[in-house]
Amino acid sequence: MALSSPAQKTVIPFYRDTRVLAVIAQVVFALVMIALLWFLYSQMMSGLTRANLQPDFSFIEQTAGFAISEAAIPYDPSRTYGYAFLVGIVNTLRVAFIGIVLATLLGVIIGVARLSDNWLLRNIATTYVEIVRNVPLLLQLFFWLTMSQNFPSVQQPFAFADLIYLHNRGITMAWPVATASFGAWSVWLWAGLLLGVVFYVARRIQFVRRDRPGIALPWALLLAFGVALVGFFVTQGISGAWPLFLDIPELQRFSFTGGFTMTTNFAALLLGLVIYTAVFIGEIVRSGIQAINKGQREAARALGLTPGQTLRLVVFPQALRIMIPPLTSQYLNLTKNSSLAVAIGYPDLFAVGTTIFNQTGQTVPVIVMVMASYLSISLLTSLAMNWYNKRIQLVER
Amino acid sequence: MEHDVSEPRTRAPRPSIGVVEWLRQNLFSNWWNSLISIVLLIVIFQVVTGLLRWILGSEGWIAVANSVRIILLGRYPPAEAWRPQLIVTMAALLLGLSGGIWRGIPLNLAVGFSAIMALLGLISFAMPTSEVPLPVATPLFLFGTAILGAGGIATAWRLRDTLRWPVIAGWLLLYPVTILILRGGDTVGTNLWGGLLLTLLLSVSGIVLSFPLGILLALGRRSDLPVIKWFCVGYIELIRGVPLVTLLFMASLMLPLFLPPEVRVDAVVRAIVAVTLFSAAYLAENVRGGLQSLPRGQTEAARALGLNVVQTTLLITLPQALRAVIPVLVGQFIALFKDTSLVVIIGLTDLLGAAQAINTQPAWFGIPGGVWRETFFVVAGIYWIFSFTMSRTARRIESNLNVGR
Repeated sequence: MALSSPAQKTVIPFYRDTRVLAVIAQVVFALVMIALLWFLYSQMMSGLTRANLQPDFSFIEQTAGFAISEAAIPYDPSRTYGYAFLVGIVNTLRVAFIGIVLATLLGVIIGVARLSDNWLLRNIATTYVEIVRNVPLLLQLFFWLTMSQNFPSVQQPFAFADLIYLHNRGITMAWPVATASFGAWSVWLWAGLLLGVVFYVARRIQFVRRDRPGIALPWALLLAFGVALVGFFVTQGISGAWPLFLDIPELQRFSFTGGFTMTTNFAALLLGLVIYTAVFIGEIVRSGIQAINKGQREAARALGLTPGQTLRLVVFPQALRIMIPPLTSQYLNLTKNSSLAVAIGYPDLFAVGTTIFNQTGQTVPVIVMVMASYLSISLLTSLAMNWYNKRIQLVER
Repeated sequence: MEHDVSEPRTRAPRPSIGVVEWLRQNLFSNWWNSLISIVLLIVIFQVVTGLLRWILGSEGWIAVANSVRIILLGRYPPAEAWRPQLIVTMAALLLGLSGGIWRGIPLNLAVGFSAIMALLGLISFAMPTSEVPLPVATPLFLFGTAILGAGGIATAWRLRDTLRWPVIAGWLLLYPVTILILRGGDTVGTNLWGGLLLTLLLSVSGIVLSFPLGILLALGRRSDLPVIKWFCVGYIELIRGVPLVTLLFMASLMLPLFLPPEVRVDAVVRAIVAVTLFSAAYLAENVRGGLQSLPRGQTEAARALGLNVVQTTLLITLPQALRAVIPVLVGQFIALFKDTSLVVIIGLTDLLGAAQAINTQPAWFGIPGGVWRETFFVVAGIYWIFSFTMSRTARRIESNLNVGR
């Protein structure tokens, strides 16, 4: 250890000391970045001043004055720009939420179909996956939109059992509407829900005590639905009116009255997003199930579990753990892809944003607001999914 | 038993079963499967007959056949069409040479490319000129590229070692040369670029130009220096958290503001900037995955041998990491290739924009139902062929990489 003897120890010059160098490098980097950002910022401000468009958030309080073709919350042009933007956010959340639910359902079906032992089903699912994932989503959206616009006119729609009508302005369908006796029935609904939850929790506690698996959820659902159904008839018997009324659409001269109409733009966007995202979810489900060791399945069968129990209690819980992180990123992709609504005329967050900055000229503040909204949605979704992921991860003992 | 490994592996003999037995096992193994099979057979029959009737009976194909130039080049001036053609011939030659040198996957691609070109040449040769006005040079050009590709394979087959470095240099130079030829000084403004040409250009630019930035971001995110690390994390997460459309809009509306008033950037350049900034964040995450997959021992051994940090990164970790993520990068390229279709939203006429342009041409208004089915079908087919070929290639590269382990 001659080298480290105190006699030979020399003072390291600061320009060779990595600790000093690290600090210098970071300071230089930070200074360069600040200078660059400041340069861009000042350029932007001078550019905006030249165009007489100083960024100013006061437009949020001003009257919007433009119509939004469909709004999930009440809206009219006398509301403010800020409220119009909120309508856009709610519209984005609406299509994203419904899209995520439907895409997950379809994705699971596709993933399972790709593993089916039926040759035909397996290959059809594969063909579907290979076609859809290699064609741009925007092209698919344009295709669905053009197709729905080429449906017959409102006067001669495609009709399914006089309950659902397809026409070039959208899909009109029969829709349940609450009547005066709905209030009385809602007591039964809450009671059913409560009973179902109590039953479910009690069964789960029982299973854990006995250390035996069992089925709780379907029975709990059946109980809740049963109570609701009994209540439905009892309410009618007492008050003489059904609590729900099926509003059947009726064709008038130029449009439908009654029922519920989904616009072509919304339908095309939802259909496109679901069909596209379901392919990726299907692949996640397939690889998740395939990743489970075959021995797990065989061991479960050897222990006497039925095929259904094997899938439900052994394979699926393990596959779910693998599937959650990639699923999260697909959900985020669907939400971000819903911004393509701007190209097919659905007033989502981004489309409303473009209308606002076209009217006010406040490009920079609106783009900042749009980006901040998407970032918050992404962040909240990943937080929720990370929480769920942590909850179901294997706790190693 | 070393020689056993080199012997061709033979599959276990397959038990041969008859048609009836195959049907029973694969389609009708129980009542549930039989039901599914029968329903699916009916659906398939309906779909296939409907498709055939449409493909054979539709009048709309004439619109597509007359719009080949718009689909491929957009509004690029016909008199200057030799520029993209020249680039395709150069790429064909390089692809052929690479096929001859490296064999394997490049060879497949080169053979496939030449075959497709020859097939297209035959089709354009047989096209009735009265209905579809094609320049006489088109079949010549297509056959020419096919022959160049095949010739490249044959040449490189013999001169493997001499041609290796010139071909690598050729590939590296192809991108800048392409831009120079397409611009031709100031002959063809970028506002005239369109169709498949623009789609390919945007996606290739996105990947090529985002490479340096993406690698720097990946290295920065793994850095020990907190300021640099958090800056890179912030950039990557910000870009990945917002949709590409917002970035495209930002580039097209705000980029002119960031620059001094005397600098003018046109729409294609703005789109390239947006696509590059977008792609860099995703590339950084992919490269980071590759860097994380390397065992620590690699870095430690390199440092122990006396290499400094820069040498370790450039000579040891980065080459291995990049090699490991090639399939993922191909996947990213496919995604980008599809995502470039979003530029129609900011008013560029790429491959998808070409389809829309054809749909709204008054010349086809007489065709009942419009021509949108045919144009979307053809354009989707072009996207599909590119993406599918690339995804298959990525899968093969992946399995080849795994064999080497």
